[in-house]
Amino acid sequence: MAENALLTAPVSKLKQLLLDRTVSSEELTEAYLAQIAAENASLNAVVTVCAEEALASARNADAQIARGTTRSLTGIPLLHKDIFCTEGVRTTCGSRMLESFVPAYDATVVTKMKAEGAVMLGKCNMDEFAMGSSNETSFFGPVRNPWDLSCVPGGSSGGSAAALASGMAPLVTGTDTGGSIRQPASLCGVTGLKPTYGRVSRLGIIAFASSLDQAGPMARTAEDCALALTAMSGIDPGDSTSADIPVPDFHSALSTDVNGLRIGLPREYFNDDLDSRVRENVMAALAELERAGAILHDVDLPHSHFAIATYYVIAPAEASANLARYDGVRFGYRCDAPADLEDLYQRSRSEGFGEEVQRRILVGTYALSAGFYDAYFNKAQQVRRIITEDFQRAFEQVDVIACPAAPGVAFPFGSKQQDPIAMYMEDIYTLAVNLAGLPGLSTPAGLIDGMPVGLQLIGKPFDEQTILNAAFRLQNDTDWHLACPDLASLSS
Amino acid sequence: MNWEIVMGLEVHLQLATQSKIFSGSSTQFGASPNVQADAVDLGMPGMLPVLNEEAVRHAVTFGLGIGARIGHRSVFDRKNYFYPDLPKGYQVSQFFAPIVCEGIFEVPLENGSLYPIRITRAHLEEDAGKSVHDEFAHETGIDLNRAGTPLLEIVTEPDFRSAEQAVAYLKALHSLVTYLGISDGNMAEGSMRCDINISLRKKGSDELGTRTEIKNVNSFRFVERAIYSEYERQAEILESGGAITQETRLYDADRDTTRSMRSKEVANDYRYFPEPDLLPIVIDEAYIDAVRQSLPELPTAKRERFLAEYGVSEYAASLLVPNHDMADYFESVAKASGASKLAANLILGDLTAALNRHELSITESPVSAERLGGLVSRVEDGTLSSKLAKQVFDALWEGEGDADQIIAARGLKQVSDSSALEAMVTEVIANNPDQVAQYIAADEAKRKKLSGFFVGQIMKASKGQANPQMINQLLLEKLESQS
Amino acid sequence: MSVTPQDVEKVALLASLAISESDLPEVTERFSRVLNLVDELNTIDTESVTPMSNPHDMEQRLRPDIVTCEDNREALMASAPAQEQGYFLVPKVID
Repeated sequence: MAENALLTAPVSKLKQLLLDRTVSSEELTEAYLAQIAAENASLNAVVTVCAEEALASARNADAQIARGTTRSLTGIPLLHKDIFCTEGVRTTCGSRMLESFVPAYDATVVTKMKAEGAVMLGKCNMDEFAMGSSNETSFFGPVRNPWDLSCVPGGSSGGSAAALASGMAPLVTGTDTGGSIRQPASLCGVTGLKPTYGRVSRLGIIAFASSLDQAGPMARTAEDCALALTAMSGIDPGDSTSADIPVPDFHSALSTDVNGLRIGLPREYFNDDLDSRVRENVMAALAELERAGAILHDVDLPHSHFAIATYYVIAPAEASANLARYDGVRFGYRCDAPADLEDLYQRSRSEGFGEEVQRRILVGTYALSAGFYDAYFNKAQQVRRIITEDFQRAFEQVDVIACPAAPGVAFPFGSKQQDPIAMYMEDIYTLAVNLAGLPGLSTPAGLIDGMPVGLQLIGKPFDEQTILNAAFRLQNDTDWHLACPDLASLSS
Repeated sequence: MNWEIVMGLEVHLQLATQSKIFSGSSTQFGASPNVQADAVDLGMPGMLPVLNEEAVRHAVTFGLGIGARIGHRSVFDRKNYFYPDLPKGYQVSQFFAPIVCEGIFEVPLENGSLYPIRITRAHLEEDAGKSVHDEFAHETGIDLNRAGTPLLEIVTEPDFRSAEQAVAYLKALHSLVTYLGISDGNMAEGSMRCDINISLRKKGSDELGTRTEIKNVNSFRFVERAIYSEYERQAEILESGGAITQETRLYDADRDTTRSMRSKEVANDYRYFPEPDLLPIVIDEAYIDAVRQSLPELPTAKRERFLAEYGVSEYAASLLVPNHDMADYFESVAKASGASKLAANLILGDLTAALNRHELSITESPVSAERLGGLVSRVEDGTLSSKLAKQVFDALWEGEGDADQIIAARGLKQVSDSSALEAMVTEVIANNPDQVAQYIAADEAKRKKLSGFFVGQIMKASKGQANPQMINQLLLEKLESQS
Repeated sequence: MSVTPQDVEKVALLASLAISESDLPEVTERFSRVLNLVDELNTIDTESVTPMSNPHDMEQRLRPDIVTCEDNREALMASAPAQEQGYFLVPKVID
């Protein structure tokens, strides 16, 4: 098999090759490490490479394959978003604040992927503290979109999406607080799944907004996402908000049968504000599902336009408290020669955090402060319920809700950075899903002027299976998900 | 001008658990700095809290112990402020919906009456760490061993009108929580710390004045002195026409004054909001019933029972009951000896004196309840006089065996054999003819006094072992027969 | 709703962030734009709606009261910017 074909093969294929002993995990790992070494200078998708550890665990995986004691991901190379704490491996969260932070513990997701035999290649760049939709807020510099190096990869899991799309790994992890898996998946032409809130443990994931954060996989296919989701999911005694709900084997339960599947199209999303070319691509993808037997319905999510306002109160408010621990005392960045305690706090935080993070801390602090709690935070929590109830009503009529994953394709660097609001609008189709705690995935829906667009499928709580099945069927019938950027031209 | 003092108390009670409220670190006191602080306690990135079931149970136990309403659905909130001993930059506490809601706590006063204090609420929260100021020349050291220790903050209405009431409340509370077994109540180690909200108003006024809060007072004595001192300070300001500044103050025991706490003035906007890393604690009736079933006998009930069942005095009960271990000890001695009043006397007399002298608690007493019971029995059956009892007690304290062994070894048995005593009496009378003559000549009143001389002589001759009642009787008979 | 530079400074103090004089006008302007965005919340009636803190109506699970952590001070304090004798160090604090 040609090197290049290995780099763009899905996990399901690689598993077969490993079990057939067509390729060893060590060879696979070397190939991906070589691809990172070759392309990362131009993409900046990976912030930390763990070559030696990766090769050691690849050899270990090969031994297991030889012994026949494999697990679901034995020998499969993987990159983690640098928001997952990794024992003994620097974990930066894209911030100067954690530039040299080495955790003494693994996130539960990291532990679980290890236990399933995955080989960690390194850590992916990301928007600082997952706050951003373009990967321009990273302290380690912006990530470039492998489809067009002058464009952003989306964010905040932009490093993960770009690394996957450019063949640096067949499987990556991300986190999604307001769209941070689905929007970069859309902009980079890969499949990204945000599970139901509580499906995947948050323990060891550096918190942005605790009631919205959820980790999930990004891969080349829905099938791979199903495989990875099964590995990542499950109740964790260390995370009080992880759900005590059985985890199905999403992979073995995959089905192409979408006959009679009711897919809802929210009128509020398919309105005049929707970019006509995005609409065209999304509708083309939905037409494929319709051909396969699915039934399209109009549905209403009457309060969906409140999602942005609601999100930009709740997420910053929770973040303002979650990020208070970065004070230069126990870990992380500490300013030089603090004059006193106040100086230590203020300079460590102002020098350690970037502009967007500081803005959100300020907004969140304001929304919780005396006299504003009721008008902002409490109000937003009430509207959150109203938005959630919209979904509950819609799901009485349909099984899946469909809409774009992002309002457009990848945009040029700097084009939205000066205006926080323009950037926030990148997530108009994804935020409400986090507010309601629902599962959502983005699957490739063709290209616009050579740049990928994603179809978002939203499911009922803990019903990832249905949206995975729909995407699985779509990918069975189309080849949008197989589209790759021209890897050969990347480094030139 | 006459000022009335108005106070409410907030007690931070460390709950007796093995592990912390949100982590598996040990709560033991006295470890080297930061060895009992795990990643959760240090507020490390990505760490999450998981609630300790024992902390919840203790809180519910307390609520039922004071007959308060239990919050069926209580919620944790984040209290946000920056301080180096607060690792996450917020304290996980309960602001909007506490686990223990309103209740009434009846405080026994010294005069035997009960003074009702309204409990506003009691809520669960995590303790902060410790700042160490004297270890380093130019820096403050931070030890987070205590961070995450479960606390129950018990808040009262402003129902106190005197330092005595406040101290009585704290003592009764201390007694209650140790009875309930929810706290070790060790004040020296900070297991019970008190914040006092104090304001003054003109006598007869219904309005509340501006209050100050004295933080972290950790002994009954300091509470009393801090209140007096703050009263004086506020009264002085008010009398000179000044106004009280609402602020947090600290009691300085060395100077016996309170002073303003600079560090707490910066941010008073705590921005409470529901802690998204924790879910609501739901407590159903079955759980509450189970806890209620397991409640021990509480101090007020025990006091009543001691009065009725053992016939001890109100005073003795007020000393025996507050300390749960003391009450248990008393009951063991009373049961072993069958002489409860005598048991109470000996415990509150010789034993308490000796314990105090050696700075020991009742549980550390070298004299077991069983052995003290043995001694009480020998006094009760007349084997020992009270004077001999003291000797035997001292020997028990020194570990010379049980009471009977000591009596035998030292030959301390009280002589009650009437023929032996008669011989002694006869001898003394024969040896002291002058005194006998005086006795015979004296009137009734003087005779009584003179008989003391003969008793003394006999006791001296018997090395204190003669039974005084019998001697009196025999002496009287002999002397009467002479006259 | 727009905020004044003084409002922003007050909030910055609560958040322990230092904003330089030169940055203040721009920070204030962008801050106000975000507030304008979220002010849309004022246009929806939420009378008698229970606030939602968590996506699912789940209850808190309880952990048995068992000590599970060994002393791991060395590893946990490895990232500490200033430490001595097992203490984290901060500039002298006066209570």
